[in-house]
Amino acid sequence: MSKLIFRNIVRFILLVLFQVLVFNHINLFGYINPFIYVSWVFLFPVRKSKSLLLLTSFFLGILIDTFSDTGGIHTAAILIIAYFRLPILEMVMRKTDFDYVLFNIRNLTLNKLFLFISILTFIDTFIVFLLDYFNFSDIGSIISNTILTSIFTILISFFGILLFTKKHK
Amino acid sequence: MQQLFYFIQKFRYFLLFLVLEIIALTLTIKNHSYQQSKFINSANFISGGIYNQVSSISDFLNLKSENKRLSEENIRLKNWVEENKQVDVNNIVAHIDTSKYHQKYQYISAKIINNNYSKRNNFLTLNKGVKQNLKIDLGVINSKGVIGVIKNISKNYATVLSILNSNSKINVRLKKSFHYGTLVWNGKDYNIAQITDIPRQATIKVGDTIITGGKSAIFPEGINVGVIKDFKFEKNQYKEINISLFNDMSSLSYVQVIINYQKNEQKGLEQNNLYE
Repeated sequence: MSKLIFRNIVRFILLVLFQVLVFNHINLFGYINPFIYVSWVFLFPVRKSKSLLLLTSFFLGILIDTFSDTGGIHTAAILIIAYFRLPILEMVMRKTDFDYVLFNIRNLTLNKLFLFISILTFIDTFIVFLLDYFNFSDIGSIISNTILTSIFTILISFFGILLFTKKHK
Repeated sequence: MQQLFYFIQKFRYFLLFLVLEIIALTLTIKNHSYQQSKFINSANFISGGIYNQVSSISDFLNLKSENKRLSEENIRLKNWVEENKQVDVNNIVAHIDTSKYHQKYQYISAKIINNNYSKRNNFLTLNKGVKQNLKIDLGVINSKGVIGVIKNISKNYATVLSILNSNSKINVRLKKSFHYGTLVWNGKDYNIAQITDIPRQATIKVGDTIITGGKSAIFPEGINVGVIKDFKFEKNQYKEINISLFNDMSSLSYVQVIINYQKNEQKGLEQNNLYE
């Protein structure tokens, strides 16, 4: 149990540092910066106590926002995907009850894992750009930024999760 | 009462989400208004300290361009000094009476330790703060042109509202005539900014230089901004005047912060006018 807590604390710190020091400055094609911090929501253990996910996501978002001077946009976005994680997971798996304690995200088939990551990333990125532009006349920029940033975020977090997490039996 | 507890018990997960989401949205809205100073910003000692460490590692990467820029500025200033030496020798008057001599602006050197230019609303972080006499609402420039205005400040760090931000509105004018406008940014290309509010009687051409107007108390007059790239003239109005900035906003390192000693005097006078 303590090993699980330790692993999550390390993951939290690494995600924040990698996001603000590396991925915020990638500027692929001039302006695309993947939001890899959303992996926190994918990888957080599925427990019956869902409040812990909300609280930790909130602090993660506040840290990202502090470092990138974005007010509260990343916090608002990650809170929404943290709140809707379980319903979306149930939707992707097409069943409503599963074993919370033994559940591991790597036990999903690759298709379902990819779909799960894609839906959550897309929601998060869309909210981030919506709140950043804060103006419906810029809807074209919001959508194009959302799509491009989502694609790179999804690819990086999908392969990142495949590489850095172990499959449980 | 018991029903209230039952209600909270039943919906506590949703209520927690709601409270946190409202906090996040409040912070976002505060971030979008120019007047309010932000609660969450990178000018604190943790993020400032981390950025400072990391920038000291990556510093040597842009040493070459920074040297070139400094050398260019030296040449410009030396030429300017030589031009001004051509004065009548008989008329040289030494300013000894300090009561007649007022220094209006002072420049402080600072370094950008975190640069952003790819978002819609960009902020930069500086490695100097209250300890080095910086204040909120001071202008930030480098030798090539305008960079932004200081927005938040802590003991050792400050954040700068970049000209690449939807809240940034800087008074500018044409170099060749005294027609004033406002420098804004539409969020598309970090090399290209826009000017609005240019009066229609102004004659502008592609290639005209834009400089700061000096009407606000933040920037002195005559700091370079950019040249006009293209524009549209529709219905007797100038639309979409694009200017390409002299500054490459993607590689900024050392900058100068401008302190205006007569700011309070100017502001006070302008305030008095408003109330009359």
